[in-house]
Amino acid sequence: MTSNTQAVTSKTWSGGRSPFKISYGKLMMWIFLLSDAFTFSSLLVGYGAVRFSFPSSPVLTETQKISPMSHIGDDFVEKMQQTGIFSEKHWPSADLVFNHFPFLHGIHLPLMFVSLMTFILIFSSVTMVLAVEAGHRNDRKKVEKYMLYTILGGLAFLGCQAWEWTQFITEGSTLSSNPFGPSQFAALFFIVTGFHGFHVFSGVVINFITYLNTVKGTYEKRGHYEMIEKVGLYWHFVDLVWVFVFTFFYLI
Amino acid sequence: MTSIAETLYHSEESEPHSTHHHKENFITKYIFSQDHKMISKQFLITGIIMGCLGMMMSVLFRLQLAWPDSSFPILETLLGSKWAPGGKLDPSFYMGLVTIHGTIMVFFVLTAGLSGTFSNLLIPLQCGARDMASPFINMLSYWFFFLSSVVLTISFLIESGPATVGWTIYPPLSALPKAMPGAGLGMTLWLVAMVFFIVSALLGGINYITTVLNMRTKGMSMNRLPLTIWAFFFTAVLGLLTFPVLLGGALLLIFDRSFGTSFYLSDIFLNGEGALANSGGSPILFQHLFWFLGHPEVYIIILPALGITSEIIAINARKPIFGYTAMVISITGIAFLSFIVWGHHMFITGMNPLLGLVFMIFTLIIAVPSAVKSFNYLATLWRGNIHFTPPMLFAIGLVSFFISGGLTGLFLGNAAIDIQLHDTYFVVAHFHIVMGCAAIFGMMAGIYHWFPRMYGRMMNNTLGYLHFWLTFIAAYMVFFPMHFIGLAGVPRRYYQFTVLPEFGIWNDVNVLITVAAIIGALAQILFLYNFFSSIFCGKKSEQNPWKSNTLEWTAPVERIHGNWHGEIPQVHRWAYDYSKPGFEEDYVPQTVPVSDNEEQLAFEHVLSVDNAKNEDNYTVSFSSLMLKWLGLKKS
Repeated sequence: MTSNTQAVTSKTWSGGRSPFKISYGKLMMWIFLLSDAFTFSSLLVGYGAVRFSFPSSPVLTETQKISPMSHIGDDFVEKMQQTGIFSEKHWPSADLVFNHFPFLHGIHLPLMFVSLMTFILIFSSVTMVLAVEAGHRNDRKKVEKYMLYTILGGLAFLGCQAWEWTQFITEGSTLSSNPFGPSQFAALFFIVTGFHGFHVFSGVVINFITYLNTVKGTYEKRGHYEMIEKVGLYWHFVDLVWVFVFTFFYLI
Repeated sequence: MTSIAETLYHSEESEPHSTHHHKENFITKYIFSQDHKMISKQFLITGIIMGCLGMMMSVLFRLQLAWPDSSFPILETLLGSKWAPGGKLDPSFYMGLVTIHGTIMVFFVLTAGLSGTFSNLLIPLQCGARDMASPFINMLSYWFFFLSSVVLTISFLIESGPATVGWTIYPPLSALPKAMPGAGLGMTLWLVAMVFFIVSALLGGINYITTVLNMRTKGMSMNRLPLTIWAFFFTAVLGLLTFPVLLGGALLLIFDRSFGTSFYLSDIFLNGEGALANSGGSPILFQHLFWFLGHPEVYIIILPALGITSEIIAINARKPIFGYTAMVISITGIAFLSFIVWGHHMFITGMNPLLGLVFMIFTLIIAVPSAVKSFNYLATLWRGNIHFTPPMLFAIGLVSFFISGGLTGLFLGNAAIDIQLHDTYFVVAHFHIVMGCAAIFGMMAGIYHWFPRMYGRMMNNTLGYLHFWLTFIAAYMVFFPMHFIGLAGVPRRYYQFTVLPEFGIWNDVNVLITVAAIIGALAQILFLYNFFSSIFCGKKSEQNPWKSNTLEWTAPVERIHGNWHGEIPQVHRWAYDYSKPGFEEDYVPQTVPVSDNEEQLAFEHVLSVDNAKNEDNYTVSFSSLMLKWLGLKKS
């Protein structure tokens, strides 16, 4: 019986402390990210449902195959339409749509540019990790340096996305039609990558604010760099979502 | 790292609220308040106003259904000749009323008004926290809700009228602005209002979950939480994970409407010509996205009401709640199952029968935790020393509605029977009883019970009894006959049944329903009078008027920011030590320490916290707690 006289203890779940050993701010960020993951999931599930209601594009025959780095004419899209590779009846293959690279017009470089974008974004996550790590050591100079790299990485990614959108639109894609396949192909591309790009943009703004605060010494005065961890969580999440967007839009 | 985080947690917890008081002016105290108690009042009063709007709309369209061929000149005077030409409701305005009634009641009254009010009031007070984790985000949550209410209400003032496509806004009707007047600007405003609402729900939910997990006072272990908090917690989880999906769905709908995409639009022909620039989308996709929110939404509505009821029934029966752990597991089970049953709203969309079978099985399984809860309520009442106060009556009313509405849910959850009953008045009757009436009664119970906590005064009992009995009888008179109309196949949302002879025979029943609805609506005037007059001149409440165990009654009656003067009270026992042998009073507040020779009741063994071996490893201790509750592990 006496063992049940419940003296107030401070066990993990018994109140008076955080069961996850983190501050409420970080917990809120985790919970927000969980919720945001569902928003992206709904868009990606919607994408899947629409996409798989169309057949995939026909496989290229031996003669039609284009080897990477080979030259393709300005009439590439028209040729694809004439041979029935691009048609409103089936979902286009991303290899043939996203095959451009800045300053290398006319050369077939399937998915090279988007791979570069992905690399930039993942690399900005690495610098973010370094910033968080420097924050743990209260090393203000290093935090500043790596936050700056992260912001530059984010901006570079956004710039790449702007280029890719411009290219896509120049080739005739709008929300309601495109030369590559069903109208939903371009519409979903714009909405999903746009929604993700909006997240990256917000992330860059938030990173910039925390960078300014680091420079001003706000966190040094506060004695800890937890804010860097929180924005870091958000940044890694945005990065992770891109991996899914990349997989679903470009690879599958 | 750990030590930094811990010091952080403690310093941040006590710093912003407790010791130094900020100077408050009118605006920071009553309008942009960051105090959870004030925000809960704001939610409540906005909810009540929206509730009155929604109720008046229902009276208007009930008039049309009962006397479709008569004219009421007063309607033309009140609504103008556009909406009620010659004193008879315009058909598209009728559709607008039905749509906005549903939207207001489901989202604005029973989601924000119910869980917004009581989560805000009770989570910090019953967990023993100074305020929400982030008072600022909490304030934003209310103001997004307010903005959303304003946008929705404004849609009545525009020329083409409010959205008229039903509260479920199925495309293609909702996706084609030219389909009818109410699919134009009114529909756009509906979507804008809903986006604001989703933002509000997310901000609120993040706060509620964090506060429950991170801000409990010393000794308030998860298994000593009052059942209200468990219910609000899972409500917040549901909202947090399902509203984003509606956001995704609504985003695609907005693009379909305004930017020429066709995610939800398949081939549509008007006068032999294709009405769409594009095709190839699927309206069924929207239904999936919508009901992935829509079904958990009904549990977002009913769970807080059930939590409130658990608390009030235990207090007023002066007995420990029967089966505390069973109640928690039921809430968990309902919350989990609610994610995988949305397809039962879509049985007749041409769904694969195998998929329909899966959805049907999961749907019917929900009956199990629901029945556990009902039986536990009844078992708590059994041989209790029942005090029939107004909140208790409303709580018992909830149990009655929950059972009678739940039973018809078994009919509808069955795919084969649903083919006959889909979109008939049987559905209308079912969900109005089980989530409309039950949740409203839970909300009323909560208002009567926590009114003294909110305003420091009591509501009038006599008016409360009158309000209860009139509402209870009227509600059954409205919704019980509807089952029979529905079984006969009368479809919902129709404007006039007299032109269809096979349905016209039900007209007498429609008259009865309308009369009952008007009585029910008039009864709410008693409540409104009681509520608003008691705020100013109700009888002053004592510290703990219901002799309740929970922490909120230990906080001072007058409003202070930070809830408690001095230290936050510590918790030493669970919330349901009513009529415990060995005590003079029939209640033992949670703050009373357990004495050495105090008798431990059998069920309290299960409640002792995690085993000492793994005390620092929270994952292990939480799972071992669950295993212990499920009876899979002996302590």
